[in-house]
Amino acid sequence: MNQIHKEKLLEIQHLKKYFEIKGGGALGKRKQTLKAVDGVSFDIYKGETLGLVGESGCGKSTLGRNILRLQDPTDGRVLYGESNILEYSKKDMRRLRKDMQIIYQDPFGSLNPRFTIGQIIGEMYEIHGLAKGAEKERKVKELLELVGLDASRYHSYPHEFSGGQRQRVGIARALALEPEFIVADEPVSALDVSVQSQVINLLIQLKREMGLTLLFIAHGLNVVRHISDRVGVMYLGKLVELSDTDSIFNDPAHPYTAALLSTVPEADPEARKERIVLKGEVPSPASPPSGCNFRTRCPLATERCSQEVPAWQETRNGHFTACHYPLEKGQTLKEAVAQRQKPSDNKTNNLIMA
Amino acid sequence: MLGASIKEDMEEQHRKKEKRRFVLLTRLKQNKVAFLSLWFLVVVHAVVFIGPVLWPITPDELTDAGALAGWTLQHPFGTDDLGRDVFARMLHGGRVTLLVGLCAMLFSLIIGTIIGACAGFFGKVVEAVLMRITEAMMAIPNFFFVLVALTVLGTTPFMVVLVIALTGWVEIARVVYGETLKWKEYEFVEAANAAGASAKRILLKYVVPQILPSIIVSGTLAIAWAILTESAISYLGLGIQPPTPTWGNMLQNSQQYIWTAPILGVLPGVAITIVVLAYNFLGDGLRDALDPRFAKK
Repeated sequence: MNQIHKEKLLEIQHLKKYFEIKGGGALGKRKQTLKAVDGVSFDIYKGETLGLVGESGCGKSTLGRNILRLQDPTDGRVLYGESNILEYSKKDMRRLRKDMQIIYQDPFGSLNPRFTIGQIIGEMYEIHGLAKGAEKERKVKELLELVGLDASRYHSYPHEFSGGQRQRVGIARALALEPEFIVADEPVSALDVSVQSQVINLLIQLKREMGLTLLFIAHGLNVVRHISDRVGVMYLGKLVELSDTDSIFNDPAHPYTAALLSTVPEADPEARKERIVLKGEVPSPASPPSGCNFRTRCPLATERCSQEVPAWQETRNGHFTACHYPLEKGQTLKEAVAQRQKPSDNKTNNLIMA
Repeated sequence: MLGASIKEDMEEQHRKKEKRRFVLLTRLKQNKVAFLSLWFLVVVHAVVFIGPVLWPITPDELTDAGALAGWTLQHPFGTDDLGRDVFARMLHGGRVTLLVGLCAMLFSLIIGTIIGACAGFFGKVVEAVLMRITEAMMAIPNFFFVLVALTVLGTTPFMVVLVIALTGWVEIARVVYGETLKWKEYEFVEAANAAGASAKRILLKYVVPQILPSIIVSGTLAIAWAILTESAISYLGLGIQPPTPTWGNMLQNSQQYIWTAPILGVLPGVAITIVVLAYNFLGDGLRDALDPRFAKK
């Protein structure tokens, strides 16, 4: 792993994004609040790659978008240096966009079908009045070469490219303004496995060359392991665990992380490991459980978990967890469950060994 | 060697671009009726706009043939009740009618696109205000609005165009509004926002071009509506005033001779019907051609 410079680039404090859903009730007047992101706090250090994982609908993409203010958060602060970017004026925000970019998941929807590749990337320069005409073309072509595309495809339209190539175009677009920080919102989820690793390696290489800071969002742990310096795990709008990659993968503290990890396929067929299958489904973010969000599926949950919201705390050095009963270093979830069952045996629990 | 391959490559790209540009026409060709309508309309417009220049007789000229003369080589459609050449009047009348239709359509498109796109794109208060205005317009019966407005404002050609346009934009605004709502959710629009583009730039460069096909379809249907309305109000005496001929006021003028010289009514009547029909066919054909779901099975 790279040495992390412990200099904060962004400080996210108690970020919340609630959506009002209309409908329900006889007259459609009952309003529900969907807590897509519910009070998330963490720091992003300069030059690091922070992986963010979680199941579909856990709010990870919403979080990424809110940090960049592509949506306006309901509450919270995003500190960039000394200033809170959520308080920036529209004009300041537009200027800041040069420094913060995003790579999208969908290589089809994220490129304007009526623009050529040259126009799509060239727009970045034109919007900020940085380059025009021949100079713009030269810069765009350089970028295309940089991301591994043929510069002669400058005049091609997005539909003439494959998914992986389009994603490279998306990366080139994000890099055009030489930003400091990029949110990569599931950049490889829509790609074939063989292409996934190519794109990830490209990102790693570019990150190193350009000194980027990356927030890499994915729904599988196996994808982020290779690229991340630190990994955060989200569940139902909340960050449940955050630590450096090795610590997360070797010694997860939160039961959810432990369960997620057990589902990562092993390349070695000899290495049989016990998979932990969580019971039930993710509850609706419109009506999350009381106390700890994860308690309905957690094999370790007790009365306390339904009453108290677990605090976000540093359980080990640099290892943050929000859990009343975090796993100890070296302890597996199975061991923790066994230990729990000793005093009162055969209590029904949510753990199924598969 | 390398130069040749680059040249080939560029040619290939150029061909692809051309192909893309004409994909609409190719698809339209598959719809025989629409394609025929397109050609028919091209011919009609050419005849009506160039014809008056070539035909030696002016529409107001009282000819020597006398009133209600039959068809001769000199007067292919005979003469009307005042002895004016019907062929010349059909050409000039068609020019006025189609011009009114085109202008009214353009006005409608401009108003409808601005209102629909702004309502859809900016949302919130803008949307609420603009869409309530649109709905209020829909609640007023179009024809009565036109009659009342023209009675109050007078029947100059400009007013006729304006009033027809003021009724025609509503449908277009609704179409554009719906399309804007759809397209503004696309990630490439958000990407433009993430790039730091201004709202104006996003709307004009990213959203409106996507809606252009729908606007074109609405436009063809709006012309049909404008021509029909102009004819109808001319027939009621509120449209373009004689002696300027339009197909509508020619129709009105002919009604007293419906038994003695039916051809005077049949000619403008048929002309209006076929042109409106052709525009409707073309509009339908374009809509199908632009919608991949209707692509030829």
